[in-house]
Amino acid sequence: MSHQKSFQYADLLSVLERVVDIMSAPDQYSYPSVFIYGHRATGKSHVVLSIMKDLELPHASVDCVECVSSGLLFHQVLSAFFGPDAAALLPRCPSLSDFVRLYKQMSSNSPATQTRYIILDRAERMRDMDFSLLPALLRLQELVNDNVTVILLSEIVWEKFRPNTGCFEPLLFHFPDYSKGKSLVQILSWDHHPSYTPELYASYINILLGVFFSVCRDLRELRHLAVLNFSKFCEPLEKGEAKESDIHKLWKNIEPHLQRAMQTVYLREVSSVQWEQQQMDEKEATTLRVLSAHAHIELPYYSKFLLIAAYLASFNPARTDRRFFLKSHGKIRKTNFLKKHEKTSNHLLGPKPFPLDRLMAIFYSVVDSRVAPTASIFSQISSLVTLQLLSQVGHDDQLDSPKYKCSVSLDFILAISRCVCVCVRLLDLLALSLVIQSQVVRQERSLFTAVSNLHLL
Amino acid sequence: QPNNNMSILKVLLVTDLCVLKCVGFEGTGQYYSNLKSRYGNNIDTCNIAQLLAPSIIDLSKTFYCHLGVNVPDHAMTFRSLCNLLQDSVTPFVVSVHAKECAAVKLLIQKVLEQLMGRGVSVDEEQEDDTALLQKTQCTISALCQWYKTKCTQVSPKRKENLAKNDLPVVVIFKDFEAFNSQVLQDFILICSRYTQELPFVFIFGIATSPSAIQHRLPHSVSSLLCIEVFHSLSCTQHLASVFDKLILNSQFPFKLSSRVIQVLVGIFLYHDFSVQNFVKGLQFSMLEHFNSQPLSVLCCQKHEALLSAKILSKQNVERIRHLPSFMRYVETQEPQEQVRLLTNDEHVKEVCQKLLKNLHTYHKNYYPILQCLHSLTSSLPKFPLGKHIRELHVSCIEKNLWETEEYDSALQLLRILAKDELVAALRSCAEILKSANTKRMQNVLQQLEDFLGVSSEDSSGNGVVSAKMEYQRTDLFQLQKTLLEKESRRTKRMNPFEVLRSQVIDFIDSLVREYLTPAEFQPLNEVCYYSSSGVLRQRLNVTPRTSIQAALTHPFYYLKNESLKTNTGTISSAAPDLCIVYKLHLECGRLINLYDWLEAYVTVMSAAEDQDTNSEDARFIQAVSEMEFLGFVKSTKQKTDHVARLTWGGC
Repeated sequence: MSHQKSFQYADLLSVLERVVDIMSAPDQYSYPSVFIYGHRATGKSHVVLSIMKDLELPHASVDCVECVSSGLLFHQVLSAFFGPDAAALLPRCPSLSDFVRLYKQMSSNSPATQTRYIILDRAERMRDMDFSLLPALLRLQELVNDNVTVILLSEIVWEKFRPNTGCFEPLLFHFPDYSKGKSLVQILSWDHHPSYTPELYASYINILLGVFFSVCRDLRELRHLAVLNFSKFCEPLEKGEAKESDIHKLWKNIEPHLQRAMQTVYLREVSSVQWEQQQMDEKEATTLRVLSAHAHIELPYYSKFLLIAAYLASFNPARTDRRFFLKSHGKIRKTNFLKKHEKTSNHLLGPKPFPLDRLMAIFYSVVDSRVAPTASIFSQISSLVTLQLLSQVGHDDQLDSPKYKCSVSLDFILAISRCVCVCVRLLDLLALSLVIQSQVVRQERSLFTAVSNLHLL
Repeated sequence: QPNNNMSILKVLLVTDLCVLKCVGFEGTGQYYSNLKSRYGNNIDTCNIAQLLAPSIIDLSKTFYCHLGVNVPDHAMTFRSLCNLLQDSVTPFVVSVHAKECAAVKLLIQKVLEQLMGRGVSVDEEQEDDTALLQKTQCTISALCQWYKTKCTQVSPKRKENLAKNDLPVVVIFKDFEAFNSQVLQDFILICSRYTQELPFVFIFGIATSPSAIQHRLPHSVSSLLCIEVFHSLSCTQHLASVFDKLILNSQFPFKLSSRVIQVLVGIFLYHDFSVQNFVKGLQFSMLEHFNSQPLSVLCCQKHEALLSAKILSKQNVERIRHLPSFMRYVETQEPQEQVRLLTNDEHVKEVCQKLLKNLHTYHKNYYPILQCLHSLTSSLPKFPLGKHIRELHVSCIEKNLWETEEYDSALQLLRILAKDELVAALRSCAEILKSANTKRMQNVLQQLEDFLGVSSEDSSGNGVVSAKMEYQRTDLFQLQKTLLEKESRRTKRMNPFEVLRSQVIDFIDSLVREYLTPAEFQPLNEVCYYSSSGVLRQRLNVTPRTSIQAALTHPFYYLKNESLKTNTGTISSAAPDLCIVYKLHLECGRLINLYDWLEAYVTVMSAAEDQDTNSEDARFIQAVSEMEFLGFVKSTKQKTDHVARLTWGGC
């Protein structure tokens, strides 16, 4: 896409005119700073960079993600304008004033014949850098006394940038989203296949958008999906089963396929290479090896019990432990058993932190055999933490009484207890604690399925 | 007094050190090569070169190596993967650890350092003039420059291997879960800007499940990746291969008793899933065996063992006489022979050589028959003799297998096996026996092959009969008659196959009874078998808390000082201060009043007359701070002059 093509975006025309307006008189001082914002893949960087390239304007393009320190930013700007030798003059840990001083020095040697542009992509990262950097860059023109304009590109609106102390207000431009009807179809139709008519491709794009537009408006992603699935769309044409005019037939052929694509390749459950391969040998009805299908985790025997104990400790109130885990608990009157605030399901509230002592106590009562408190049991807890199945809760007393949270889901725990449970007691326990909670909140569907799963066992 | 505490701590440390010391014995090498070959296959099939065809959006090819949870084994896996990639795919391989990459800056620095092989510094405070040039180079764009110059230098030979001219830069993230997700996101975003010039391949080592990637990375980042998933073999499969090579093998004279195997396998299955630790446990038991059993001089290859049996010292001969298995052997002999064995050293040496020979032949015959039995029974429903060969092995060397119920049920199941299954199982047995090279095993093989020959003849005969049957036209009456006939025939006599089958099963049963006798009944088995499972458990599966508590409640156990011997329940003033303070605190509740504690302590101390009373306060405070250091109490803000107990019990 050259920038002439870009001017066909009907929505963008007015914006572009104004952008180009600013750049139209390169020998005069331009506006010090410009802020351009819009969603992902609305063509911000592309438009700006292609204008720069086509008009052959001197510019330095910097991606702020890459600038882990402001020194890197200065270095890139200086080397783009004055060559790497100038950038090498920067001291080891350059401050903003070093940059300004060096810039002044360099620009006095080679003054700007036309406006220089500094383009900062993903400018939202600038907020995490030095707080004085953004206000200074906004009025860099004044500071260095040179014909320079800073263009900030971001996905976030300007209001989120404005520092507390106030700053120079840049010129704001908004790149609007593409509308479904006109622009997206138009743009996507540009990369139509040479051996098919543009009309066919346009109708294909319409079908594609019908499926994907509700979940994805990212142009790049849509283009990628369009290219991936086009061969499947053309299959009936190549076999001679349909003509180009049989749009309905083609639609029937491609629609379920696209639905499947939305569930797998769009979520990156399978890679595009696998997707293509799978399309080739679809006749053999290969089962998809999707990412989330490998949910099974191999854990040592006691780790599984530790995880189950952690789950029980996280989602049951500590008061109920006596009832669940003691063999001869006293009778507890049902009416007052749960306090009012406990009657909301714990699964809606999320996991609660518990101390190590409680975890071990529940662990010992859950495991049937006698387990010695060996060093390896405790090291298993820390390895569960590194696997992020448990998470350590920030606490001032990390050494003596650490606290943990269980960060796995109910389904996961059920799967684990299913492969561990030789003992019926544990299943009962899980079921009991679940039943009590599900009595409280009838609506929660997942709990009911969980309980019915347990019954199946 | 502090010396006492030191000795307690030392004891604890030694238990750990023993494990650490014996790294790098035999055995690891084999495991290593095994790993290597496995990964070799994996990489070949994935064919990285082919996968690197450019697509619009997929930035970097990403491979998940999905591994088990055991951390120690991963290091080795990644090292061999790294070497393999370097040898066969690309010289540009980097592996990074989460703990050294807390920020993007550090991650990039690490990658550049490993690739460019020199110190690229981002540490801006560093007072080093040479760092001036290098400092700003710590970006991926610098890497790009370097890569371009490097790529032209790489030998053209290597380029021919790949369809495209460029070699990928492989970054291995060893422990994906531990990485800060923000760091990873930024790194992937930065790399995505340079994919045109610099082909990246990321390898994520994931211990849990591949869906972890979707939990850690947002869609905008994960959509930049093209993901392939690889699974490593499960750790139990690795364990099985280690078992095959090291334990179920007659080459190595060193053996483990059933209890020891159970301890080692228990640690593996219950605690860590780490094959490396298992091998270390094996090495440790070997060390223990050669260290603690003087007769282990006889535990070597057959001819060496025979040689050293000839020159046994008087002391060792005496030791042999005291071996339980040898004593049992002596009891079975004639009275005259018994006298000679107990008095004549030379005779003992001769007998010893004979017995050693027997032991070696026992092992040579044991393992093939064990494998045969396993291949026969491993396909039975519900695995009456165990799913894995190690379970069968353990029950064989533990007791007489044929006396167990499981064995009976297994044989019953074998007796009703269908013909094709039985023949297939026997064929695999014959395969196993072919590799065994003793005479007896060859005899067994011969017999088995005879059985197989008979059965195949039989099947051809049967085939003809059934073919004839099909062509007969039958009316209902005749059908009934033939069916009845068949029924009666079945009850009366077995068909030839059934006869053969029962013969085969009887034959196998006789084999089991002859060769799979428990090792314990073999004379001189103590020479080769390491059996002190208690020591092993104590060393490998340490219980720091129990030993601290034992040291504090029974100081005599470690200090061996006669004056410390006390009745349970009483507190002796001769014990170290820490022990007294510990025992006193056991009687308190969750919060301990320091003053009451001190009073009790002074009372105990004053029971002994010759103590000077001045230093008691200081000694008490020191003991309490030692308790705090050991993690039994901690200071609390809930109540003044109180400390909180951190252990349960008491009260």
